[in-house]
Amino acid sequence: MDTSAGVTQVARIYGQPLGDLPPDLYIPPDALEVFLDSFEGPLDLLLYLIRRANFDVLDIPMARLTEQYLHYVELMRARNLELAADYLLMAATLLQIKSRMLLPTPARAEAEEVADPRTELVKRLLEYERMKRGAQLLDERPWIGRDCEQVGIESLATPAARDPEVAITDLPVAWLRLAQRHRVRAHHRVFREQLSVREYMARILRCMADRDHVEFAELLGQTARRAELVVSYLAALELARERMIALAQREPLAPLYLRRTDASLDAQSD
Amino acid sequence: MHPSTPSQIKGILETALLVAARAVSLAELARLFDPPIHMDMLRKLLDELRGDWAGRGVELVQVASGWRFQTRPEMQGYLDRLKQEKAPRYSRAVLETLTIIAYRQPVTRGDIEDVRGVAVSTHILRVLEDRGWIDLVGHRDVPGRPALYATTRKFLDDLGLVSLADLPPLPELENNLEIDDVEPAPTQISE
Repeated sequence: MDTSAGVTQVARIYGQPLGDLPPDLYIPPDALEVFLDSFEGPLDLLLYLIRRANFDVLDIPMARLTEQYLHYVELMRARNLELAADYLLMAATLLQIKSRMLLPTPARAEAEEVADPRTELVKRLLEYERMKRGAQLLDERPWIGRDCEQVGIESLATPAARDPEVAITDLPVAWLRLAQRHRVRAHHRVFREQLSVREYMARILRCMADRDHVEFAELLGQTARRAELVVSYLAALELARERMIALAQREPLAPLYLRRTDASLDAQSD
Repeated sequence: MHPSTPSQIKGILETALLVAARAVSLAELARLFDPPIHMDMLRKLLDELRGDWAGRGVELVQVASGWRFQTRPEMQGYLDRLKQEKAPRYSRAVLETLTIIAYRQPVTRGDIEDVRGVAVSTHILRVLEDRGWIDLVGHRDVPGRPALYATTRKFLDDLGLVSLADLPPLPELENNLEIDDVEPAPTQISE
């Protein structure tokens, strides 16, 4: 679409007719949508038109401004752009102000101040312009997270949940307890064949060489290790199994007696 | 050990502010000392401390919630490269809405729409609410009881402002336009 076709006079700048579109008004058709998107609404578009044409905002030539504004609205409609109701409402407002300005001032109103029909629009335009400027000023401030960052030294010693405190004197106490428990649970190292059952069988038989019977406890010395005890016991059982001795016990947990049998005598005599 | 010299006190303030990693109020800072340090002295020492950090990449600033250390804006370009991303910018619609709330609070959605001349989408308000920059402070006592929005302390903190009086001044009207200021609608804040 040729946007300038048929447009012979776009605007009058302080009485001077403007025959051609100003260079900055020319909008490539494809860019129209982008261009209009850059306005935040009818007030923004009006401010653009006013500032571009260098109109005095306090003495807006309503006819020319309305004409230019409607030109854009027409462009939007011609391109089937979705025209926000806000733009149509503003068009109506502009036309209303323009027509009110054409009306002669009633004679009776001479005494009192006649309200300029543009006043309300001018107030809105100026307030919007100030807010636009305010937005720029806020945007220029250093925003945390965008233009600067909060700084802190992460203190790793204080995690969110506070851990119990440990004094240096707690450590020896803990060690002693640990050592105590370790003694109870001490590992038993079994040295295979170090204590031979056979050897102990012989030792038992030697002990009984000149006695008919002997108490099991007597076979063991005062310093007998647990391993010796076990091996001695196994040796006694083995001897009993081979009928070299007989085991006797009056009741459970009572002293255990070993008694010599004839077979053991035979073995000795071998 | 009681800190006796100003430089000892400054050292304590500096350490506390660095470890806090947030804005710390004057009252909180005063309580670091027993007996508490006098507010005037505290302000003086904080000002000195701010001076001590001049010229570094990190600065001490005062915001609504108190004092905090932050990076200088000149450093952000480099820090962004470290993170390989840049914080997105808000649209003009969001920015203008925020501005109107900041300068004209408390305002209703209708007030914002009057100034901007366009409808304000719920999305815009939600973006600002989610950021924690605006919140609902009450309702205007008119039909429909529209919600009134105001900016939060976090907004001041995040923009490096101590109070609303710190907002950048808006340009004055170009000349004495005879605007008979309409009385603003009576605002009754009711929770």
